[in-house]
Amino acid sequence: MSRTLVDKLWDAHEVRVDPDGTSLLWVDRHLVHEGSHHAFAKLAERGLEVAEPDLTFGVADHYAPTRGRDAVADPDIAKMLDRLETNTERHGIRLFGLRDPRQGIVHVLGPEQGLTLPGLTINCGDSHTSTHGAFGALAFGIGATQVAHVLATQTIRASRPKAMRIRVDGALGPGVTAKDIALHWIARLGTGGATGHAVEYAGEAVRALSMEGRMTLCNLSIEGGARFGLVAPDETTFDYVKDRPFAPEGDAWDAALSAWADLHTDADARFDREVEIDAADIAPTVTWGTSPEQAAPISATVPDPDTLDAGRARAAREALDYMGLTPGAPLDGIAVDQVFLGSCTNARIEDLRAAAKVLEGRRAKVPGVVSPGSMLIRAQAEREGLDKVFTDAGLEWVAAGCSMCVGMNGDIVEPGKRCASSTNRNFRGRQGRGARTHLMSPVMVAAAAVTGTLTDARPLLEGRDR
Amino acid sequence: MTGWTTHEGLAVALPRANVDTDQIIPARFMSASRAEGYGGFLFADLRDGDADFPLDRHPDASVLVAGPNFGSGSSREAAVYALVDAGIRVVVAESFADIFAGNAVNNGLLPAAVRDAAEVLEALGDGTAEASVDLEKGTLTIGGQTHGFDIPDIWRQKLINGWDDIDLTRAHLDDISAYRHRRATDAPWVWAGDGTSSAG
Repeated sequence: MSRTLVDKLWDAHEVRVDPDGTSLLWVDRHLVHEGSHHAFAKLAERGLEVAEPDLTFGVADHYAPTRGRDAVADPDIAKMLDRLETNTERHGIRLFGLRDPRQGIVHVLGPEQGLTLPGLTINCGDSHTSTHGAFGALAFGIGATQVAHVLATQTIRASRPKAMRIRVDGALGPGVTAKDIALHWIARLGTGGATGHAVEYAGEAVRALSMEGRMTLCNLSIEGGARFGLVAPDETTFDYVKDRPFAPEGDAWDAALSAWADLHTDADARFDREVEIDAADIAPTVTWGTSPEQAAPISATVPDPDTLDAGRARAAREALDYMGLTPGAPLDGIAVDQVFLGSCTNARIEDLRAAAKVLEGRRAKVPGVVSPGSMLIRAQAEREGLDKVFTDAGLEWVAAGCSMCVGMNGDIVEPGKRCASSTNRNFRGRQGRGARTHLMSPVMVAAAAVTGTLTDARPLLEGRDR
Repeated sequence: MTGWTTHEGLAVALPRANVDTDQIIPARFMSASRAEGYGGFLFADLRDGDADFPLDRHPDASVLVAGPNFGSGSSREAAVYALVDAGIRVVVAESFADIFAGNAVNNGLLPAAVRDAAEVLEALGDGTAEASVDLEKGTLTIGGQTHGFDIPDIWRQKLINGWDDIDLTRAHLDDISAYRHRRATDAPWVWAGDGTSSAG
């Protein structure tokens, strides 16, 4: 029988199925972070041990300070980091902690270290775990009770999702990125558009993406309601994984490669839903509201709520009020107070290079922070001289962590301030109480830095190799 | 966790779509331990700027009726803790984000997906109404109007019995052990190396 990639992965990991259809799935990789303290507390309450410490990896990222790491000043942050250290040590879990030279954001570090491999099931108490689906893995975020369940049993209870395929055919234009693909489809289908579905990305434009681009695309799946986002692995995937620190070697590599050959959707497999997008229709996209679905091409104007249906009109009015925007105003030209380049969505080396291409030889008109996705990426960027491009432009070059994406580690946007951001959520208060967030790609963030406004990055890229 | 079959309480409306977990509990409150209680953090920023916030007007409400796609965003279970600790037992909406709904059930909170939730919101307006929920029948009565809600049967059982996932899985440890053995044989590379291979 023909099967989708999701079905193949699901079937391969199904320990058993309950009479009601709920599956008990084996978990190959469990990633924990500071926020997992509730789950460890649940284990302690029940007197349970971690079932598979060798398949569990701890990462300090959400609360990781990006400055002043030698002596963490904030007692709350220090407490969270200490808890993670204590819990991982107590259970014999390998920790990529604050002082580890490999430390970084969990969804950057996993792939970088070769912990993320095709064909695995991967869980983490973080909704952007869908990022790892870029490798042809079944990866999804879970809550604290489920984290405790995985710690205790190395399994997860889940219902098989519906299958959805988003095909992006044709070629992306210059200055158009994976971030724009994601914001484009989310604006089209809505933040609940893929609820209950696993999204497989396919088509020429997806195949042409680097692993970094595919990770960005899968990362944002959750913003459209999907719990899973996947790309079938291919040579691009295998080349990226090979020789990574935790990747299989020698005969084990050959055996793995052979097993991974079947990780694709069969030609005549059926999807519950198919969405087709022409890459030529995708432009550099920015959000204007307080939900990722409230996005439009940079050439558009701020929408008029009166032209929307009743449900969306109310949400748009509230969003525009919070964002301090006027209907009909061009998006290109909206003044920003600061920029942020970072997060599990867009802080890999390719993202930093793309932003540096815009910034090289130019000065930023507004302040900004650049936080690489991991300390290894930071070191690589410094070897390539990218840090100097950022600092010469007037931006601050800081350490790795979730940073300004999530308002819990000391990096925040002040109330009422407008930030052009390469992150994943423009929710009210996401970057700090009263913060106004506009999501966009790294090149668009760089363009906003240079001009002090939301603006189309493409003219700034002209004459600079893509 | 204590199980329950029926609930009676006051219903109040929060007429917003896409109420995300950052709105339910802002990130800055999430370092608290569970024992400290999360109720005081519920909708902290929304309440701060709104003297007329529904849950401030009706602090005794235990049934919250909201717009579609409730609980979108982060997987933070703290969003559910905040609702439960503030006395909310049922959230009614046309639809819920997947992760939020699962987290809710694991903490005894019913995510009642009601197709005509928009009508319930309209009927409630700025006021309140008596509400009653029957898990076994799958019905919700608000202001005299009865609505059906969709919920997987296993979730119903978890809520009624006060079970979480660990309770359900402990009976299947032998199955897990057998699978683990197969997995280790078929895909030994899953058990990662020590992180010192050539690129390390």
